Amino acid sequence: MMKGLKKWRLFSLLAALTVFLAGCGQEELSTLLPAGEVGRDQFNLLMLTSAIMLLVIFVVVTIYVISLIRFRRSKLGEDHIPEQVEGSHTLELIWTIIPIILVLIMAVPSVYYTYKLGDVSAMDAVDEDGNAENLVVDVTAKLYWWEFEYPDLGIVTAQELVVPMDEKVYFNLIAADVKHSFWIPAVGGKLDTNVENVNKFYLVFEKDSKDLKDGVFYGKCAELCGPSHALMDFKVKTMPRAEFDNWVTAMQATGDRVADTAVSQGEELFAQSCIGCHAVSAVGESGAAGPNLATFGDRNRVAGYMDHTEEDLKNWITDTQKYKPGNTMPSFTQFSDEELDAIAAYLMGLSVEK
Amino acid sequence: MSSVAQKRGFGATVYDWMTSVDHKKVGIMYLLGGLFFFILGGIEAMLIRLQLLTPNNDLVSAGLFNELITMHGTTMIFLAAMPILFGFMNYIMPLQIGARDVAFPFLNSLGLWMFIFGGIFLNLSWFFGHVPDSGWTSYTSLAIASEGHGMDFYAIGLQIAGGGTLIAGINFLVTIINMRAPGMTYMRMPMFTWTTFVASALILFAFPPFTIGLFMLTFDRMFGANFFDHTMGGNTIIWEHIFWIMGHPEVYILILPAFGIFSEIFSVFARKRLFGYSAMVFATVLIGFLGFMVWAHHMFTVGLGPTANAIFAVATMAIAVPTGVKIFNWLLTIWGGSIKVTTPMLYALGFIPSFVMGGVTGVMQGAAPLDYQLHDSYFIVAHFHYVIVGGVVLAIFAALHYWWPKMFGTMLSEKLGKVTFFFFFIGFHLTFLIQHWLGFWGMPRRVWTYMDGQGWNAANYISTIGALMMAVGFTVLVINIIITTAKNVRVTNDPWEDGRTLEWAVPSPPPFYNFTQTPLVRGLDTVWIEKMEGNKSGFTPSEPVVDIHMPNGSIIPFFMSLGLFIAGFGAMYRAETTWGLTVLILGLLLSFIAMSLRSVKDDLGYYVKKEEVLRDLKSKGGSN
Repeated sequence: MMKGLKKWRLFSLLAALTVFLAGCGQEELSTLLPAGEVGRDQFNLLMLTSAIMLLVIFVVVTIYVISLIRFRRSKLGEDHIPEQVEGSHTLELIWTIIPIILVLIMAVPSVYYTYKLGDVSAMDAVDEDGNAENLVVDVTAKLYWWEFEYPDLGIVTAQELVVPMDEKVYFNLIAADVKHSFWIPAVGGKLDTNVENVNKFYLVFEKDSKDLKDGVFYGKCAELCGPSHALMDFKVKTMPRAEFDNWVTAMQATGDRVADTAVSQGEELFAQSCIGCHAVSAVGESGAAGPNLATFGDRNRVAGYMDHTEEDLKNWITDTQKYKPGNTMPSFTQFSDEELDAIAAYLMGLSVEK
Repeated sequence: MSSVAQKRGFGATVYDWMTSVDHKKVGIMYLLGGLFFFILGGIEAMLIRLQLLTPNNDLVSAGLFNELITMHGTTMIFLAAMPILFGFMNYIMPLQIGARDVAFPFLNSLGLWMFIFGGIFLNLSWFFGHVPDSGWTSYTSLAIASEGHGMDFYAIGLQIAGGGTLIAGINFLVTIINMRAPGMTYMRMPMFTWTTFVASALILFAFPPFTIGLFMLTFDRMFGANFFDHTMGGNTIIWEHIFWIMGHPEVYILILPAFGIFSEIFSVFARKRLFGYSAMVFATVLIGFLGFMVWAHHMFTVGLGPTANAIFAVATMAIAVPTGVKIFNWLLTIWGGSIKVTTPMLYALGFIPSFVMGGVTGVMQGAAPLDYQLHDSYFIVAHFHYVIVGGVVLAIFAALHYWWPKMFGTMLSEKLGKVTFFFFFIGFHLTFLIQHWLGFWGMPRRVWTYMDGQGWNAANYISTIGALMMAVGFTVLVINIIITTAKNVRVTNDPWEDGRTLEWAVPSPPPFYNFTQTPLVRGLDTVWIEKMEGNKSGFTPSEPVVDIHMPNGSIIPFFMSLGLFIAGFGAMYRAETTWGLTVLILGLLLSFIAMSLRSVKDDLGYYVKKEEVLRDLKSKGGSN
């Protein structure tokens, strides 16, 4: 049986190694491929603690294996009575002091990074003209979608966060209904969106999302929030600052989208049935009942996780509970196929990037 | 369990068990109740893993999945792991300290029945179609918003079961303080008794806050209070603190007795005194103490601010030190010993690497900034299953094999025991090792499904295969128990032949009064000392054979608990039905009547006559 045990140990070690080598995960959502300063700090801490912990495991396993091999009754004889050792003060001291040192080695960077990542003092800084120096995004988590407001720029979007690269982006986080948690694994750790207070932190985005598989980073809700917790995804688009400024200008220009007369059947139907909850202009304030759809055509997904096709969009509109159980949008079954096509076409046309 | 009991009819036997205050029968009932809930929790776990076998799976619905994870966690922690450990504590601890029963036999029975009725109450939610669905942590913004009666079942069921836990904890504490045999000083107590002592102290301090928290939740949900409603001035973060002030010590309440069990097993099957006994005791107490200082490490991402996070991070890492001391003392116990790999020893040997892996990932998560990434991802799922399955469940299985002959007088098959171990152990690592990486790869926990194309498919598939292997292992254990019971080959006092503590000096199973004469304890591992000095019985009495005072059985604890169970339904349906309030009052009335009966009726117990004890002794050929 010992042989079996040893063999299995070797096998598990190999398996673990294979997994480790094969597995850094996917660029758009793996914490092992950090795409920003915060994520990298955390990744470095992971490497440091893992190294120390592997050392501990190595020491334990070594003593363990040697004693298992050397001190078997089958070897020592049935009648062997070992010496009844009480203990050893020297040894107790050794395995108290060395772990204390190891813990200190981990504690110092932990405390340092805790304060570093918690530092949001620059959030409210303004330049001489009273303009905010840093980009601040107010995030509101709702059953099961995300609203992103840029208070200093006067624009709102939803489900797809757009941010400039290589600068600190500050976030104000709150939940509108139940507690959620805001997490972009590839860029940095999570912070909860509580219902009663605003949480603040910053992230830095250093990789252009254009180079990714879907052109976006994946964001997740990391706190159980109801049946569709698993589907409460959002996406993140990163771009160079100049490109971001263009995007902001385009967003600010969507204010005059709200025309007096509808130009298409889709727009007309939308105005009758949807506009109560969904804005199509990015200019305004947060707090809508449904996601802002000003950039719907540019987005990567329908309802946060479904394919961005007219087909899935129509499925979603006609049966919302099937695709996201417990969400607050009613299903719209009254539309004819033709009307649905018109609405879908209209929504897909809402774009600031094309 | 005298021969008289076996001649009784079925009904009389059931009544005998229902009214029993014998710590051994209560222990066995805790064990049976715990194993029943362990099977329920296991089935829930299998459904969870089967749902996650493939992406976009629709085996269970989103709502049902949340109910499964909530009930799996709640059941496994409060209704399976803890009661099973209570079963061993109840059965073994009084034997280890040379006592004839626990200090409060009546309370012991009350604790048992509160656990059983609380557990049944919680699980009846499946039949009412309103199942708790806000996670075992029941974070209140979601728990208050949860529709139906699901979270009411959680609040009231855990309240009743939690009351039982608190009672049991106090009982163990008083027993260990007051009922030790002559010579059994604190520093001669077996390690399992020590860990029972510290775990009970943790219960004493951890459960009252949770009781308050559950009352607040109950009042919020059922009686219109607003403790946790922020729109009315309440606060949901308070619940998180209250929950984890219980929840963190809770994991030590589970793991410390597990440490105790393994300490016994290592020293018995290495034939060697536990290395560094006093350091082990000190480490146990220190872990218990530090266990109360670290609850907020479950809340690093709540936004408590860098100072709070830094303090709790360092405190958390500090726990690694006494835990490390324990690991190395176990290693040095087997070092230089004479290791016999029996089934219990196999579990103990499997425990060391498994628990170390679970422990080190715990330290990693103690680094707060790193925890921002790991928190609520699959990494944490892997971590706590490594400590709870790799620590507590392995300990439970080990103890089951180790103490089975003592409890039931017959030995579980060693061969099947090893089969169980290999399936369970390999399945366990297969299930949870890969989940660390799922966490790194960005998979949040508590997701009922996941989309294709995120690189998580293969890992989830492997994980589910592992879970099925664990189920196979457990099934073999059940078969083992059935076969062993059917064969019924009786064993002697000390079937492992290397017993060191007092439970191995009495017959298997022990007579209902445990010791014909109270033992005299002459040192740590007293039975071993006696055996080494040539006293084959392993036992020196401290008194002549005298009349033995024993407590009377009582049905009152059953009705006290039943009253609370009935009142629970009344409270839940009070607002929407006409009968709710009446049932609430009637239930509480039943409890109060039972309580007053207990108060007015003098119950002084009875004496087992000296002659009867001598007769028992004689029928066994004069040995103890």
